Amino acid sequence: MLTKRKDRQASRTHLQTLTGGMAAAPLDRRTFLRRSGLVAGGLAALGSFQLGTVKKAAAISPPQPGVPIELKKSICTHCSVGCTVTAEVQNGVWTGQEPSWDSPFNRGSHCAKGASVRELVHSDRRLRYPMKLVDGRWERTSWEEAINGIGDKLLEIREKSGPESTYWMGSAKFSNEGTYLFRKLAALWGTNNQDHQARICHSTTVAGVANTWGYGAMTNSYNDIRNSKTMLVLGGNPAEAHPVAMQHLLEGKELNNANFIVMDPRFTRTAAHATEYVRFRSGTDIALIWGMLWHIFENGWEDKEFITQRVYGMDEVRKEVAKYTPDEVEMITGVPGEQLKRVAETFATQKPSTIIWCMGQTHHTVGTANTRASCILCLATGNIGKPGTGANIFRGHDNVQGATDIGLDVVTLPFYYGLTEGAWKHWGRVWEIPYEDLVGQFSSKELMETPGIPLTRWFDSVSLPKEDVGQPDVVRSMFVQGHASNSITRIPESIKGLAGLELLVVADPHPTTWASLAVQAGRKDNTYLLPVCTQFETSGSRVASNRSIQWGEQIVPPSFEQKDDYQVLYLLSQKLGLAEWMFKNIAVEGDRPVPEDVLREMNRGGWSTGYCGQSPERLKAHMRNQHKFDLLTLRAPKDDPEVGGDYYGLPWPCWGKPELRHPGTANLYSTGLNVMDGGSPFRARFGVERNGETLLAEGSYTEGSELTDGYPEFTMAVLQKLGWDRDLTPEELGIIQAIGDDMGDIGKVSWSTDLSGGIQRVALSHGCHPYGNGKARALAWNLPDPVPIHREPIYTPRVDLVAKYPTYPDAKQFRLPNIGFSVQKAAVDNGTAKSFPIILTTGRLVEYEGGGEETRSNRWLAELQQDMFVEINVDDAAERGISDGGWVWVNGAENDVKAKVKALVTERVGKGVAFMPFHFGGWFRGEDLRANYPEGTDPYVLGESANSITTYGYDPVTGMQEPKVTLCQIAAV
Amino acid sequence: MARMKFLCDAERCIECNACVTACKNEHDVPWGINRRRVVTINDGKPGERSVSMACMHCTDAPCAAVCPVDCFYTTADAVVLHSKDLCIGCGYCFYACPFGAPQYPRVGNFGSRGKMDKCTFCAAGPEGDSTEVEYAKYGANRLAEGKLPLCAEMCSTKSLLAGDGVIIAAIYKERVTQRGYGSGAWGWQTAYRETVDV
Repeated sequence: MLTKRKDRQASRTHLQTLTGGMAAAPLDRRTFLRRSGLVAGGLAALGSFQLGTVKKAAAISPPQPGVPIELKKSICTHCSVGCTVTAEVQNGVWTGQEPSWDSPFNRGSHCAKGASVRELVHSDRRLRYPMKLVDGRWERTSWEEAINGIGDKLLEIREKSGPESTYWMGSAKFSNEGTYLFRKLAALWGTNNQDHQARICHSTTVAGVANTWGYGAMTNSYNDIRNSKTMLVLGGNPAEAHPVAMQHLLEGKELNNANFIVMDPRFTRTAAHATEYVRFRSGTDIALIWGMLWHIFENGWEDKEFITQRVYGMDEVRKEVAKYTPDEVEMITGVPGEQLKRVAETFATQKPSTIIWCMGQTHHTVGTANTRASCILCLATGNIGKPGTGANIFRGHDNVQGATDIGLDVVTLPFYYGLTEGAWKHWGRVWEIPYEDLVGQFSSKELMETPGIPLTRWFDSVSLPKEDVGQPDVVRSMFVQGHASNSITRIPESIKGLAGLELLVVADPHPTTWASLAVQAGRKDNTYLLPVCTQFETSGSRVASNRSIQWGEQIVPPSFEQKDDYQVLYLLSQKLGLAEWMFKNIAVEGDRPVPEDVLREMNRGGWSTGYCGQSPERLKAHMRNQHKFDLLTLRAPKDDPEVGGDYYGLPWPCWGKPELRHPGTANLYSTGLNVMDGGSPFRARFGVERNGETLLAEGSYTEGSELTDGYPEFTMAVLQKLGWDRDLTPEELGIIQAIGDDMGDIGKVSWSTDLSGGIQRVALSHGCHPYGNGKARALAWNLPDPVPIHREPIYTPRVDLVAKYPTYPDAKQFRLPNIGFSVQKAAVDNGTAKSFPIILTTGRLVEYEGGGEETRSNRWLAELQQDMFVEINVDDAAERGISDGGWVWVNGAENDVKAKVKALVTERVGKGVAFMPFHFGGWFRGEDLRANYPEGTDPYVLGESANSITTYGYDPVTGMQEPKVTLCQIAAV
Repeated sequence: MARMKFLCDAERCIECNACVTACKNEHDVPWGINRRRVVTINDGKPGERSVSMACMHCTDAPCAAVCPVDCFYTTADAVVLHSKDLCIGCGYCFYACPFGAPQYPRVGNFGSRGKMDKCTFCAAGPEGDSTEVEYAKYGANRLAEGKLPLCAEMCSTKSLLAGDGVIIAAIYKERVTQRGYGSGAWGWQTAYRETVDV
């Protein structure tokens, strides 16, 4: 073997000059795009390139030798881990991606999606210009024409049917600032019919977890899982959904020799790395957890001191759990009793233990109850409020946590204030808009305070008879900004909804399945596509799953006529006559509201959730100083001049004004720390006592607290009683006095409504927590099941269990009837389980995200998953004559619907179970809808949507859909 | 000089394909050519393991041994590279390679092979370092910039290691000692069957 140095090689090789390749001079961004994107035409073009070169010339912006490189940092847009993306920019073109070593979250790593985000910006499948349907065909239009057309139609419908007849569907892919503007616009338009992906992601988590201990978010962080001795993943598949999180899990597993238990109906890629895998029947999570608790209580493995001091109502849980004997649990879940006992003992005794979940728990009619049961497992074993413990809830999108916090949700104003008169008055004060004017925007004060329609039911709100919809008229127009249509269940019925809408607007980087299904539904006009920037083409902050807020800078400006979310909302609010209110205290440069100003307004109003301390300046300092934050604690050294003592990204709650320099809260409910070091008790959110029993903590308090027992939330009255009101500055007192005058009683001004931040500051200065020191609730008396109980899925193969464990009764929720009980009964009566004997469950693939149009338009990702498929068990396939890789029809239990997909015959799913990924779209009932997209914007990969097969079923607390359990039949084509 | 090596820790690999798209991104590798891929064995069954594969930059590379035009060469860093100017697209190296590393674009109506393409350990080819010509034929030259292959640098779980064989062996050894289970070395069980407790 010759060993040659590279420089010697040149003399030996006959080098030819490259012909027809790169231009001699560096290309500018636009020249590059003209040369590249426009010539490519689908897969065929991708596969052909010049002989001898790796690539077709200028296929995607190559690096430019000799041109200075500017490094820009943003955050990956594909999941909630919050990986920093480091971009190399030359001459305004994004020419390369480098590992982001300094980020304590990803430490250089990415998954398939993060490692390919540069393609999103260059993608030749993007929407470039505003488009509209003219007589059933897509035509280019201008922004001015589009905004005028949309605005006129919206105002016409408002005139005719009222503000509630417009549905505002926003996005978890907004920045915080985009979310806030969208939320504010819907409020000023006068409706609560505004929602985003959290509805179909973790709405049940937020409801279940917040009702347990105060806030409905991940209690610890991905990094903190490194401290765990036992990790229990129940309803999550981080190896595909949060791959970079697996770095922390697997390293933690190795360093602590930790137990890594995965409970899932599927043997997932995560389960492949588990120390123990438990297969159970979809939809039986509560029985499973109660089965574990049965052993824990039976053997006295619970943490008695923790329960006495910090938990309310555990005895009620004990009574319920007693019914879930090992035999009963094995009968319901299918898990062998010995295995469950082993898992229970491990979780309860090998501490610290954490429970990790994602959509496996939330995507159910019993989603809220599932998440409550998980929290109760933590409470019973004392696994909360310490490193390595907690409910580590993996959120889905890059900013679904932020969009949830900012109240892009049918039940609340920003930061969980709710929709009460007091909440509206608080935001009226922040926005400097008189309360009466806000009321005047709504059809009535009653509707102003009534939760809107969840997006899972948007099409029902169009198609149901007017008298069944609890508002003046049905929904007639919809404005969708950054949401997929195929991630919502019951697609056959959403197509009917699309046909019924008078106006449909889709603002997105891609046309999305809304476009293809709108054409399919027979829409001819009044349908607009507005091209929007990705987050890499704008700036703003986003919240990772662990509540850390990270500021992303603009990497490159958009290439064509795309506008960012802020611009779109500015133009629209201007057209609707709301711009003056919207931007009263927010500077607008040209047509672009300044995101830093938007964040400052959020800081001024976000007291309830501790979104008040994260000024844009502090967030930007964190991005500059990423390397200073510790991998395990996420904390910077106290002596650092810029970020000293802060937790990375100032995870909320970060109390007080930015000047107070609260460090943020890395692990929620940690009483072992001082409040100014991120310590906190459980939130005293549910009152001070119930039926003579205290709801405040007993003998438990945060380190250094001057009050050494439970205490209620801080109000001016409490401060006065303690004599601490003397610590308020005259300026703070003045503001509190003014708000008190507005409320009619200064004593009622609280830590969450005091715009001066004085009440929070004074409470903290005494080592006390502004929101009080309460007990967590094992018993949540305001929920349909105060203590969770097992309920069979609506479409269950175990019809024998329906009588004993029926679903919730029919009721009217969120302005609409929820007839789950009737549907379940009909399914049992009609023998649906006989005709459709296979359980269908859905989930994620690592290459794609959400509805998938964006990632299926990314050539590097699309190449890796080119076909929609269904996983079917080997035995089920053999019975049906189905071969691996062959085409099959998956028949759904409703609407006589079927989907043509490829079969993946595998033992990954058990007998009687099938799995479909939910990222595909663009086919329907075996038909390819590629022609329905505007020319050149169709994703590389299309396929049947799993949600054309999924069925009815809604959680009564949040309206969550049920894509994790339904029934189907599969047959070879 | 260092001997550059890849090592994939099968206890850590989760088949996330970051290595695959990082490679595509860095070198703009076209559709249909995969310099790196992730192979999963026992898919969906207990014992499922994945391993990321590319050119292993062999010490005595079989591809080079069979190449009729002698287009392969080994750099001082022990990276096996080739010249696309010399390559005739015969496909011998594909048959010789135990790892399926060589890739060929199909050109023309008769499906004849174009010039061979494979992982360069991010060291590109014989042309001048970090030039347009070099990039067009072989992709980026990270080694010349003092950086390691992007696939390993971006690996989601730090499963794929790349660099000086002595250093990555030390990292890996420390890992195996620390966790105290599983050799982590892919192929261990194949080589030793059940006689070795791993």
